[in-house]
Amino acid sequence: MQTRRTLIALAIAAMAAIPAASAQDKSIVVSSTTSTQDSGLFGHILPLFKAKTGITVKVLAQGTGQALDTGRRGDADVVFVHAKSAEEKFLSEGQGVKRYPVMYNDFVLVGPKSDPAGVKGGKDIVAALKAIKSKSAPFISRGDRSGTHIAELNLWKAAGIDIEKGLSVKDLGPWYKAIGQGMGAALNTASASNSYVLTDRGTWLSFKNRGDLIVAVEGDKRLFNQYGVMLVNPDKHPNVKRDLGQAFIDWLISPEGQKAIADYKINGEQLFYPNAKDASA
Amino acid sequence: MPSDTSALHLVLSADPVLMAIVGLSLTVSLAAVVLATLIGLPVGAALALTRFPGREAAIVTLNALMGLPPVVVGLAVYLLLSRSGPLGSWGLLFTPQAMVIAQTILVAPIIAALARQTVEDLWLEYRDELAALDVGPRRRLATLIWDARFSLVTALLAGFGRAAAEVGAIIIVGGNIEGFTRTMTTAIALETSKGDLPLALGLGIVLIAIVIAVNALAWTARRAGERLAG
Amino acid sequence: MLASDLPIVLQDVSVRTREFAILDGISLKLMPGAPTVVIGPNGAGKTTLLRVAMGLVAPSSGEVSFGGRLNVPPTWRAIVFQRPVMLRRSAAANIEYALASAGVAHSEWPRRIAELFDTVGLTGLDTRPARRLSGGEQQRLALARALARDPEVLFLDEPTASLDPAATKAIEDVVRAVVARGIKVVMSTHDLAEARRLAGEVVLMHRGRVIESGPAARFFESPDTEEARRFIAGDLLV
Repeated sequence: MQTRRTLIALAIAAMAAIPAASAQDKSIVVSSTTSTQDSGLFGHILPLFKAKTGITVKVLAQGTGQALDTGRRGDADVVFVHAKSAEEKFLSEGQGVKRYPVMYNDFVLVGPKSDPAGVKGGKDIVAALKAIKSKSAPFISRGDRSGTHIAELNLWKAAGIDIEKGLSVKDLGPWYKAIGQGMGAALNTASASNSYVLTDRGTWLSFKNRGDLIVAVEGDKRLFNQYGVMLVNPDKHPNVKRDLGQAFIDWLISPEGQKAIADYKINGEQLFYPNAKDASA
Repeated sequence: MPSDTSALHLVLSADPVLMAIVGLSLTVSLAAVVLATLIGLPVGAALALTRFPGREAAIVTLNALMGLPPVVVGLAVYLLLSRSGPLGSWGLLFTPQAMVIAQTILVAPIIAALARQTVEDLWLEYRDELAALDVGPRRRLATLIWDARFSLVTALLAGFGRAAAEVGAIIIVGGNIEGFTRTMTTAIALETSKGDLPLALGLGIVLIAIVIAVNALAWTARRAGERLAG
Repeated sequence: MLASDLPIVLQDVSVRTREFAILDGISLKLMPGAPTVVIGPNGAGKTTLLRVAMGLVAPSSGEVSFGGRLNVPPTWRAIVFQRPVMLRRSAAANIEYALASAGVAHSEWPRRIAELFDTVGLTGLDTRPARRLSGGEQQRLALARALARDPEVLFLDEPTASLDPAATKAIEDVVRAVVARGIKVVMSTHDLAEARRLAGEVVLMHRGRVIESGPAARFFESPDTEEARRFIAGDLLV
């Protein structure tokens, strides 16, 4: 049928008109976290990288756990997250080539203006968390295996509280709610329910739906959040674009890349502090 | 997308990022509908006109497939196209093509099931006359599809609606990558999770307006066609 | 025409459902020439008889032959159903469809359509959507559609059943014109008067059987069977 042939041609044209990603394209897939994406950092530094090298970076924004799993499947070329223990596990599995520290940002504890746990203005996150638990003040957790979630659990542990055990034996109490979603969703939920929530500063600065939430605790060294970048191991996943991926990593830790990171500001405030030179990070 | 601009402003100023997102949404969904029609229409028509053991079970299955959960389809296609999956070497993951594939899988059963019903209904009407005119099976199929074309277009619009509205499948296989695989629905999901609800809502209204426009266009074409043919 | 479909011979034909026999052991010969009119009360099996003779329904038992051959495709036969279905197109397009199915060359179509419309009296209605024609007009269009195939045999199933006298006369005039052209017409009706007007041969059916058949004049003057006599007299055959 003539009509059928025309339709097939149309469909193929439609598919072809959409630019495809092929091995010849100078592009890489970087799996990173939603909080990094939402902070707007990539919007600032990636155009600079492309201008210098002509390489297009496609950012897949997920939770840290998901981002690393994407690397494990070989579906990303580079992994750029902020959960050192999870990253080292990734390396020990042979999934990554080498971990490079890149930058750090910090978390802040935000909470309702009314401050039911009485922690406002404090500089001790562990003390604040203890207070929140003892007063059963409402608290929202991301609960999604993200870097932020892992950092949160570690802080509770430092306060002597085993959240995961409490959840599994169901003796934690309804004040703690794990929603299994990203930072923006967690902030929305906290705003709507006047709860405390641990968030990275970048997402907080760009968040518009604050309601009655304010920063309650900040500046504690334990709230610092280190970022590391790794090339997915091409020996395990032959489709990984080794050279292009490494070029991205090299740029991130180069003086030029580090300056680009430091230059990114929201409302005049710097969000990320480059520290590629810090071998212990 | 600049998050301190309302959706209305973005539309009125024809913001290039918004235009790109709208363009991608339409291209992906329309391509999926075209492919789904090429697959679904013959299957539906064949099912309507042939008799074989297990036909009723096939019809029930086809109708049930209309309700395939998009996330499940997205996950299945993801696993197929992943570099560590069977079709990984095609390099289609996180591309618009992958989104078209996933949406085609969602839409084809809708078109097939509705086409089957439409063609079968018309055949019951035309059956005697076509037999009396000694019409062969090829001609009969063409006649039924042509004479039922307006109802079939409605089936296509149902398929388009499904494709344009879904987010579960394309966000998984596309990855919602800015500038490459971000569509209206995935952008709305993103802005919602970022907490920019006014922008998300605004984008939602833009999406609904586009779908209404497509349907209005199809309706106008139908009326014009009806006036010509009767 | 290479071979003729006539005479159409039904040999002990039955059409059975699980409950009863719609046609019960019918033996009948449809010869070329004068029109055959099948009469009888509703439910007698007239429609099924026509469909079997047209070749649309296969008998449960017995044999149907066309000019001595079995299983002949209905290329040279045409039928107008009691409630004809118009294709969802214009009146002219309906005829075009029949012409195309019959393999008539495109170049012939305008002439044939004009001819057929003239024969059935629908001139000027070419572009009207067929479904918007009146009942009588649709019947005539169906007739034109059947004639487009240039048939040897034309079956008409109660063609005037739901029509007013004017429309009935129009149809009957067309039938006479068709007969005059040499086409064998096999028609059913429950209107005795119409049978008297049109029949060359009469076949009386009742409960799936042929009660009596023969030349019209003799049938109406002096029928052989008691049932025929009662039917002609206007009694209800139960």
